[in-house]
Parts: sequence; C-alpha cells; structure tokens
Amino acid sequence: MEAGTPDLVKLEDLQVGKTLTGRKHIISLTVENKPGVLARIAGLFSRRGFNIDTLAVGPTEDPDVSRITLTLDGAVHPIDQVTKQLHKLVNVIKIRDMEPDQRIAREMALFRVQAAVDNRADIMQFAEIFKAKIVDVSRRSLTIEVTGSNDKIDAFERMIRPHGLIEMARTGEVAISRSRPDQ
Amino acid sequence: MSRPYNHLPMRAADALCEALKAEGVEHVFGIPGGANLPTYDALYDADLLHIQSRHEQGAGHAAEGYAKASGRVGVAFATSGPGATNLVTAIADAMMDSVPTVFITGQVRTELIGTDGFQEADVTGITLPVVKHSFLVTDPRQIPTYIHQAFHIASTGRPGPVLVDVPQDLSRADIEYEPAEGPPELPGYKPPTEGNIKQIRLATKALANARRPVIYAGGGVVNANASEELIDFMASDKFPITLTVMGLGAFPAPHEQWLGMLGMHGTRTANYAMDSADLIVAVGARFDDRITGKLSEFAPRAKFVHIDVDPAEISKNVPAHIPIVGDAKDVLPKLTREYRALKADSSRLDDWWGRIRAWQHEYPLGYEDSTDSVIKPQFMIEAMYEATEGEAVITSDVGQHQMWAAQYYHFSRPRRWINSGGLGTMGFGLPAAIGAKVARPDDQVVCLAGDGSLVMVCQEMATAAVHDIPVKVFLMNNGYMGMVRQWQELFWDGRYSSVELGDSPDWVKLAEAFGWTALRCDDKRELTGSMRTALGTDGPVLLDVHVDQTENCFPMIPAGAAARDMVG
Repeated sequence: MEAGTPDLVKLEDLQVGKTLTGRKHIISLTVENKPGVLARIAGLFSRRGFNIDTLAVGPTEDPDVSRITLTLDGAVHPIDQVTKQLHKLVNVIKIRDMEPDQRIAREMALFRVQAAVDNRADIMQFAEIFKAKIVDVSRRSLTIEVTGSNDKIDAFERMIRPHGLIEMARTGEVAISRSRPDQ
Repeated sequence: MSRPYNHLPMRAADALCEALKAEGVEHVFGIPGGANLPTYDALYDADLLHIQSRHEQGAGHAAEGYAKASGRVGVAFATSGPGATNLVTAIADAMMDSVPTVFITGQVRTELIGTDGFQEADVTGITLPVVKHSFLVTDPRQIPTYIHQAFHIASTGRPGPVLVDVPQDLSRADIEYEPAEGPPELPGYKPPTEGNIKQIRLATKALANARRPVIYAGGGVVNANASEELIDFMASDKFPITLTVMGLGAFPAPHEQWLGMLGMHGTRTANYAMDSADLIVAVGARFDDRITGKLSEFAPRAKFVHIDVDPAEISKNVPAHIPIVGDAKDVLPKLTREYRALKADSSRLDDWWGRIRAWQHEYPLGYEDSTDSVIKPQFMIEAMYEATEGEAVITSDVGQHQMWAAQYYHFSRPRRWINSGGLGTMGFGLPAAIGAKVARPDDQVVCLAGDGSLVMVCQEMATAAVHDIPVKVFLMNNGYMGMVRQWQELFWDGRYSSVELGDSPDWVKLAEAFGWTALRCDDKRELTGSMRTALGTDGPVLLDVHVDQTENCFPMIPAGAAARDMVG
C-alpha cells in the first residue's frame, strides 16, 4: 500500500480545537467529605494560576460526599486543563462542567441598604419587585435577602447601589442539572 | 493461608510494619525521632531492613533511587517537624519525576496539633502541592487501610509520592490488625490503562502517511516498564527516535534509528529533526520546557500524537491532534499491531533519513580533547563507559556532569540511568545510588557526582560505610558549580558571582574519614585504570577526578530560544 492512499489520514486534515471557550463556566464537584479537601482544591487552583471567581461548599444527600460549586472565566483559563487537573485529586469523585442550558443555578445575597424614613418605601418597593425579603431593620437601614440567578442578583445590586449600599454578602452560585422530561 | 497476625491486638505502629510487609516492602530508609519512636520500636522486631540515613533528604532520595532502579515503591520514614521538612525536597523531586514512593512521617500527639507544639510542622499542609496524595491519620484503625491505599496510589497510573502522617499517640494505641486486602476503595481514583482503539488506529493511519515522523519518548516508558514494547514498535518501520533525559535507556542508544537525546543539551540532529518533523509521536513524555525551548516556535511543521497515562499532560503545553490516554505498556503493542497491518511503504522515509544522516555527519556530538594529561569531562564519561562496559547503573547529581553523562554514556537498557530531571536536585546522586544498590545488590552502581552537589549530601557517605553499601562515586571535580558558571560565562558577561568552590574539602581525606576507600586521578592516561581499580575494590569507594575547570557543555538551546538557534 503506497503512502498517501485514501485509507490513511492526511496530516493536513488533523486539527486541534480552541482551548479558550470565552464564557463563564460553572463546575460542580462532588468530593469526599474529608478534612483538607477544600485546601487541596484551592491549592491546585493557586499553583496552576487558575482564578476562582466564586466558590460554594456544602453537604449533599450522601453524608460522605460534599459538593463544591465554583465558577471561573473560560475566556482566561483553558477549562479542559482545569478539569483534568481537578480529576488528578484523589478526593474528587466527579466533575460536571455544566452547560448553560442544562443547569439551574441559584445564588443568595444579603444587602444592607441605607433606608432612612424618607426613602424606605422606595427600597421596600425594590424588594417587592425582586421578590426579595426584608430580614432586618434599623433606624437608618434595611437588610434584604435576595435569591435567584446570578443575573438577577447583579440587577438588584445595580438598582440598589445609587440608593446607598452599605454592605453586601454573596454566596456564589450553586447549580444542579436540569431533569430530563422523562426522569 | 491465614496470616499469623490477623485480628491480633497490637500497637498501631506494629500494624504499620505489618501493613508495609503486606505490600511487599523489604527495605526502608529513615531517621528516628520523638514523634516516630513508636514506629522505630516496632521496627526493632519487624522483619524489615531499615537503613539509617544521616539526613532525611538522604533517606528520601535513597527511597527514590530504590524505586527508580527497581520499579518498586520506595519507602522513607522521618520524624515530625524538621525531620518532615527535611523530606520535602525529596518529595517534590519524586513528584516532578513521577517516582512511586511512600513517605511516612511521625506527627506530634493529637492534642498538640495546631498549638505550635515541640517539633510540630504541618507537613500535610506543606506538601499539599508536591504529593500525589496524602493521609493524616486521625484514628489508629485507619493505618492498615491508609497504607494499602497509599501504595496503590503511589504505584498505579502516573506514579508519584504519597505521604502518610501519623501522630505519635495514635501509633502507640492498641488496635486489632486487620490486613487491608483487595482493590482499595477510592471512588475518586480510577487511572486509565487501555488506550482508545479508534484513536490508536487514527494515529497509525497518520503515521503511515507521515514523511518526516519522529518518535519522542520519555520517562513514562521507563515507569511503565514498556521498553520492550517500544523496541518492538520501533521495528515496525524506519522511524527515527529520540529520548528525553528521563527516558534514556528505554531504547538502546547504539542503534541506527537513534537520533540522540533531544532538548537543551541534546544533539543538533535530534533537535533539528523535531523542528522539521511533520508528525511527532510522543510516548510517556510531557513536552517540558527543556525540550521545547520557545513554545511558540517549537516544531512548527508538526502535528502531534500524544500517548500518556496522565490525561492532564495531553494538550497542557502542546496541543495534541491525536490524544491517546493509556498505559504505554498497553498502548504500544496495539499501535504496533495496527501499524503493521497497514503495510506502509517504508521508502517514503528515505528522503527524511537522507536529511537526518546529513545532520549527523555535519553535527556529530564531540569535543576537543586535550593533547596533554588534562582530563576533559567528556573524556571522563567515555572512560567511565569503558570501565563499566556500558553495563552499570549510573546515578548522577545535577549540572554539567549530568548532561555530559546523558550525552556520552550510551545507555542500552532502562533503569540504568537514575537522575533528577524535573526538579533538578543537586545532591540527588549519592543517596540515590545508595537506594539503587540496596535494590540491586548484584549490579555495579556508580554515582557520577559533581563537587558542588556532593558536598550538599556528603554525610550519606556514613550511611554507605556503616551499612556496607558498596557504591562507587566517580567525582567530576572541577572546583566550580559548573553549569551555573557556564551560564554566567555565556549570558551574564562572565560575571562569576559565587560559583567557585575552592579546594575544600580534600575529598580523599573526607571520604577516608567516613571510612571509604578513596583515590585521586588528574592524569587522563591513568583514568580508566583508576576507575577499574575503584570498581574492583570492595566496599564504598570514592574516585576524585580532577577535570578541566572551564569546559562548557554543548550544544545548547539557550533558555527561551528556539531549537534551531542552538549554540556550540
């Protein structure tokens, strides 16, 4: 068989894909519930130069397994390398890089906002529009709890800032995959 | 057959020794201290041979040398605090070179942890970035399971160092020893072995079409014990092959398909071949920066097949057109079979070999020998090759001597060349030779040392003397930290900042003080004879060879430069 027959592969036809996806990634990790696991993950990111945008940790339905949800920017980091390096950690059981249309992602945030008597009604109106809850009140401030998508929290923050945002605490997103219709 | 110690109550430290024996461990290197006294008390009666090192770094490198020479898991013990931190260099070295090792450190009593107790150090925290995995024992009954898991993790997939940290009070506690058997339960650890057959077929179809292929293999082939499979694959067609410094010996050096080592101090032929290749098949190698030089200009005309057991290495530095994740020992035979079935036309490689032979003819590896008695370092390597008949296990330190050995000693079998490649640890050579000799007592083991390196670990000469480990050290003595001096000469305007070692110590006197036999040679006419004398003398021997002080190691790809800009 001569070299160059159609059965063989032409070297010019071999391609590689792009390494940077250009979008935000939500990665859900199930990990063994053991001491030090979070340190291993954070350490991995730091020494490989990957920047974690947000991180949320909590239990799952299995007491031996925790879930870590982190978000990072796929425009800056090669997401393939990130997941492959994470796989090398012995305590990491499963990694899901959730596609945007296959996940439900939620975040919770607490905002302490200036709300003296003269603008209190406006603040309470924003809370109602965003279906948020007022969880604390003082003479000059209100604390508001907002739950929802990343975009919704961003939007609430943008609305509330001009009115005097004193303090903000966000959890970072958690995500779960969408159920298939027949599941 | 039931083992005699099943369910017998014993101290956790005794169970630790039993667990090590259950893993097949026969030799351990280490140093006792407060936090690992229970372990050492258990060692006193256990059926394990313990070699007492003189610095924990020596114990760690000995465990590495043991592992690299034999393919078995090397084991080292250290106590808490400074003992454990002294191990860190060896652990990092094992990580970078993927050496199957288990390091067991004592830790302070559990109630002292986190209180800055005496000789306390968070070794688990300190080594997080440089271990494949680590275990901190919190319940003494975990010990047999953790040891079993540690050995499994250390020796499977891409091998690496595993740390087990044992608090002193827990190792004294009584437990019922239950041997951990069967595959360990590690839900997050499932290393791949078999390559994807479709990818393998794709690779062979590309290879059968390639007109300028190069096979680029590295330490992964040695780790996988896949040298025979590589040789068999290479017989499938007239492929040219190059090896990294970690892979030397995986393919026999004197061979018509051999291009020489590639990389920063590789041959021009090997580097030019990579630069001009249209298809590079990487097996068990990771496109390290010493190989690629300036990444953006590396192998600009080539497509890449990358075969590796660690998926994270594939497309880490260089994008792989055909990735194949699997164990080289498993993938290579399939590659061979599929390739041979294609019955490719060998003559398509004739032009390529024409070019390669031209490079070999125009740029042979060589040096200007002295006309008088001065010993050139390259000549020393050639003499070493002759005196050992090319059959010894050679360990080395790091620097010029290491590169010259890689260039001029023609390794024909794997696990005969033991050096620190990834981390490049000076002082690796002597303790690694001690470990290698313990693993292979019937083989000639020679440490090619540099004087800058040897002085960092000379205390291990006591270990060899007291335990009667007859390693031979051939010291390439040029009075300088040679590689650093070379860089200062070439790139820093000859500003020799702190590289001269002076003539301290008198190596012959020092070696004799440690109980070694010591010889000196500074005349090239007597060199091979001195080496033969050293090799034929019983017990540990040091041969202090005075070589030309200002010889430089060429050729060289300067750091950050492209392969085609080689100098020298």
